[in-house]
Amino acid sequence: MTALLEIKGLTIDIARDNGPARVVDGIDLSLDEGESLGIVGESGCGKSLTMLSLVGLLPNRIKATGGKAMFAGRDLLKMSSRDLRKVRGSEIGFIFQDPMTSLNPVMRVGDQIVEALVYQKNMAKPAAMARAVELLDLVGIPAPAERARAFPHELSGGMRQRVMIAMGLAGHPRLLIADEPTTALDVTIQAQIVDLVRELKDKLKMSVVWITHDLALIAGLADRIAVLYAGTVVEDAPVSVIFDRPTHPYTRGLLASLPTLAGAAMARLPSIGGTPPEPGRRPPGCPFAPRCAQATAVCQTVPRLAPVPGSDPRHRVACPVVLQELT
Amino acid sequence: MTQTLLSIKGLSKRFDLRAGAFGQTAITVHALDDFTADIRAGETLSLVGESGCGKSTTGFCLLNLHRPSGGSVIYDGQDIAGLDEDAMRPFRRDLQIVFQDPYSTLNPRMTIGEALSEPILFHKLATKAELPARLAQLLADVGLTPAFARRYPHELSGGQRQRVAIARALACQPRFIVCDEAISALDVSVQAQILNLLLDLQDKYGLTYLFIAHDLAVVRHISDRVGVMYLGRLAELAPARDLFARPLHPYTRALLSAVPEPDPRAARSRQRLEGEVPSPLNPPQGCRFHTRCPLARDPCKTKVPAWREVAPDHRVACHAVTGKDQTNWETP
Repeated sequence: MTALLEIKGLTIDIARDNGPARVVDGIDLSLDEGESLGIVGESGCGKSLTMLSLVGLLPNRIKATGGKAMFAGRDLLKMSSRDLRKVRGSEIGFIFQDPMTSLNPVMRVGDQIVEALVYQKNMAKPAAMARAVELLDLVGIPAPAERARAFPHELSGGMRQRVMIAMGLAGHPRLLIADEPTTALDVTIQAQIVDLVRELKDKLKMSVVWITHDLALIAGLADRIAVLYAGTVVEDAPVSVIFDRPTHPYTRGLLASLPTLAGAAMARLPSIGGTPPEPGRRPPGCPFAPRCAQATAVCQTVPRLAPVPGSDPRHRVACPVVLQELT
Repeated sequence: MTQTLLSIKGLSKRFDLRAGAFGQTAITVHALDDFTADIRAGETLSLVGESGCGKSTTGFCLLNLHRPSGGSVIYDGQDIAGLDEDAMRPFRRDLQIVFQDPYSTLNPRMTIGEALSEPILFHKLATKAELPARLAQLLADVGLTPAFARRYPHELSGGQRQRVAIARALACQPRFIVCDEAISALDVSVQAQILNLLLDLQDKYGLTYLFIAHDLAVVRHISDRVGVMYLGRLAELAPARDLFARPLHPYTRALLSAVPEPDPRAARSRQRLEGEVPSPLNPPQGCRFHTRCPLARDPCKTKVPAWREVAPDHRVACHAVTGKDQTNWETP
């Protein structure tokens, strides 16, 4: 397996009146061809910004200021916006959380997919419309030819998300980035969408990055999980290792505070005290140290991701305290 | 037997709307239909279900924030359903609500102290002189320092704001609090903190909660009893332990199997519920779930299933379920 995407030392800053505030602080991530990677973290941990920076979709005032992001041999962070436009859609597809704000409300959904096909694949309009209907059928929309003529508001939330997925797939990308695509959906519809993306990933042989805050959801989806906290990767391992041997104190805390349907029902859940730091108010050293029960003097310096001894070779954690315990 | 705090019978809510460019068509949203249940003193009763199932409408109707279209809510021997604002006022103190998004319910121009003082002074629960001590006590109850009284909502994190919203509900020394998706907007690590806080306060003040949520895993951990709703009707109501161990209604089963488990080895295929929830503008006849139900038979299409107790304290509305382990027909 070769790495399709390799992010090294990525930093992202928000421009503020009183100087830049760092939101992503040296992220290292890699993704193999055909792999499905889960990026897990709480609001503001930088999980979405990291992925948006790859395709030049960062909001105003937020900029990637360092590091590189190699995608199929090219550094995405160094590409011109003109070249990036060719990458977006045809090589890297995106699905966002809220289809109502991503779809054009005054354009029929079929035409929106046609627009993408004409632009990315240089298709003629009639052929593109036939392909759009095929795509709608592929994502499980009943009566696709008819629905292609619908406006977004005429569709339910689940159907709109399917349209978004069809658009994300229109350019036949090698990498699909799904940014919390099911957060706004009900649980039975979420299950349908999750099954759909999983089927499509195998069928179309794509790599998928799932961005989510939901550890339970990602357990059934990803091959590998990267846990983010305050703009850094704190743990990175195959999915079974994360759930069997969570090693970073933050990962452990997250898993312990996760209520489940199986196991003993306990009224009080173990919780992590405090809240994540705001951008610009990051503590020096390990960002999790102020909330960590195991913090010691070594946590004053920024920890680096290092292999976990005695575990899977791909298991890496950024915590000198637990690493010392294990050696 | 524990005491009943609120006895709800046949509670219904219809919203009459006008549709069409000139409002020429009258349409009715059947948001809540024939909700019957008792809420017991000191318990946490949870309501779960998908968007539009009527769980929040139930909470709003109980507190007369929506005026119910029918049915009764007996509290302290009096039917409070549909009381006007003046008649409702004495009950407002006892019956409180915490919403999902504290940012939109706290006045951005009021300090936390001012926001908390308002209900105390309105209900004359403390004099001006006693107020600072009372505020400090309330803030301590929700795990905040007295210094927070001088802060504004925008200076607080989401978890802290939700603590303030809880303190504001507590300010009136209520007996009953509706928690309407009170933890849904919070991050996992903060969610557990707020849940534990709610449970501590329940122990300390003997509170009764109606906990409205869509996260079944959370509900399993904190509830005494759980009601499952679908398209404005109760489908099943049982002690939490029974409901999660032995769900009887086919919708409850489908809902439970759709919940992702944090276990990579858990079966990745599950009982997938096809289709989507029908529109409450035009709900299906008979059992409202029959359009998606794997057990649906002819009677389900025409007859509304009765709300029956099929096992001790376990109620179900389904033609197919007759007892704990019996069904009217074979599961396909």
